[in-house]
Amino acid sequence: MVATLKELAAKEDKLSPGHRLCAGCGASVVARMILNASTLPVVVASATGCMEVSTTIFPYTSWRSSFIHNAFENSGATMSGVEAAYRALKRKGKMKDEFNFVAFGGDGGTFDIGLQSLSGAFERGHRMLYVCYDNEAYMNTGIQRSGATPMGAWTTTSEVGKKQAGKIQHRKDLTGIMAAHGGYVAQASPSNWRDLVKKAEKAFAFDGPSFINVLAPCPRGWRFPSEQTIEFARLAVETCYWPLFEVEGGKYKINVKPKTKKPVTEWLKPQGRFKHLFKDVNADKLDELQKFVDDQWDRLLALESACRLD
Amino acid sequence: MTKWNYKGIKAKDLPKGAVIPEGGTAADYETGGWRTKHPVLDKEKCINCLFCYAFCPDSSVIVENGKVVGFDLKHCKGCGICAFECPKDAINMEDE
Ligand code: SF4
Ligand code: SF4
Repeated sequence: MVATLKELAAKEDKLSPGHRLCAGCGASVVARMILNASTLPVVVASATGCMEVSTTIFPYTSWRSSFIHNAFENSGATMSGVEAAYRALKRKGKMKDEFNFVAFGGDGGTFDIGLQSLSGAFERGHRMLYVCYDNEAYMNTGIQRSGATPMGAWTTTSEVGKKQAGKIQHRKDLTGIMAAHGGYVAQASPSNWRDLVKKAEKAFAFDGPSFINVLAPCPRGWRFPSEQTIEFARLAVETCYWPLFEVEGGKYKINVKPKTKKPVTEWLKPQGRFKHLFKDVNADKLDELQKFVDDQWDRLLALESACRLD
Repeated sequence: MTKWNYKGIKAKDLPKGAVIPEGGTAADYETGGWRTKHPVLDKEKCINCLFCYAFCPDSSVIVENGKVVGFDLKHCKGCGICAFECPKDAINMEDE
């Protein structure tokens, strides 16, 4: 049973306010929902990134739990070490309490810099949840392209000019990469809070490694007004740019199938980072992005029906 | 925030990394000053769906017994998500 908002609101948030994330930040909505879904106390690690720098400015911390920051590239390894130490202490009878272990990383710390340590933690099968809050660029350092930045997006390192119209390459399919490891893997969006909370609950209950990739719209980096963070998460789902699905035991399941798939331009157009794509010279880029989304969606549908066969 | 007691602790005893010995101290830090607009609730229109609570990035929608009773203006940054997402238009953003 998924917790209701009334039940969640009756508990104190595990992430306290007073953090210095920007007004309207999608990442803190994601962290709140995930952590509040835990019925046990949590132990949290975070890779370097927006969330880490703004929640732990000495002598303040927003985490109403144990929290550890180590480096950009190793929150997966750090949390797996914490979990292994916990198991050893428990085995020796030095510890009795139960915890959920959660690591957060942005797309920079997960798609790119921390991928090896996350992959190792998954392969070793630690009982931990890794959450990627994907805001599609290195936002903390001032909007630089990452492996998660969509093609065509402006960032300060994928400029717009005569020779180039934003990022040249497509984003990588991190959720697919993680699904290839096994464990419990899901993709979620804060707009669909019930789906997100359910996935977090499943991950916490799973006896092994789990990974949730959550879209975290960024008003500053995507160039949209701060009140529309959830709306952009919603549009990403409705256009099938950001499909909501989960992979359990190698089986794909799509959680939300929009009745009418909106054109991806509805998600792109209001964002300042894609403004240049709506000039005539870049019409081919819009077609290419639509094709990317269509191919990704068709592939998911195929994977889902292939998994139903047995 | 509690006053942390460092009495008798020598420099060499201090941990190598920064350690904050209690959780959630950021709640003492005010981010309300960032605001240019603040949310105002119209209780007549509100149906207590709690979407505003779910979507607030700053845990600033105050819920008591399943009902929205107001906003934590010490922390609310005035992003306007609560007002934008409210299905009943029960929240208005007003100038500071
Ligand atoms: S979103 Fe609107 S209707 Fe729902 S609880 Fe908040 S103020 Fe009330
Ligand atoms: S304006 Fe933003 S920070 Fe303030 S209560 Fe509404 S959602 Fe929360």
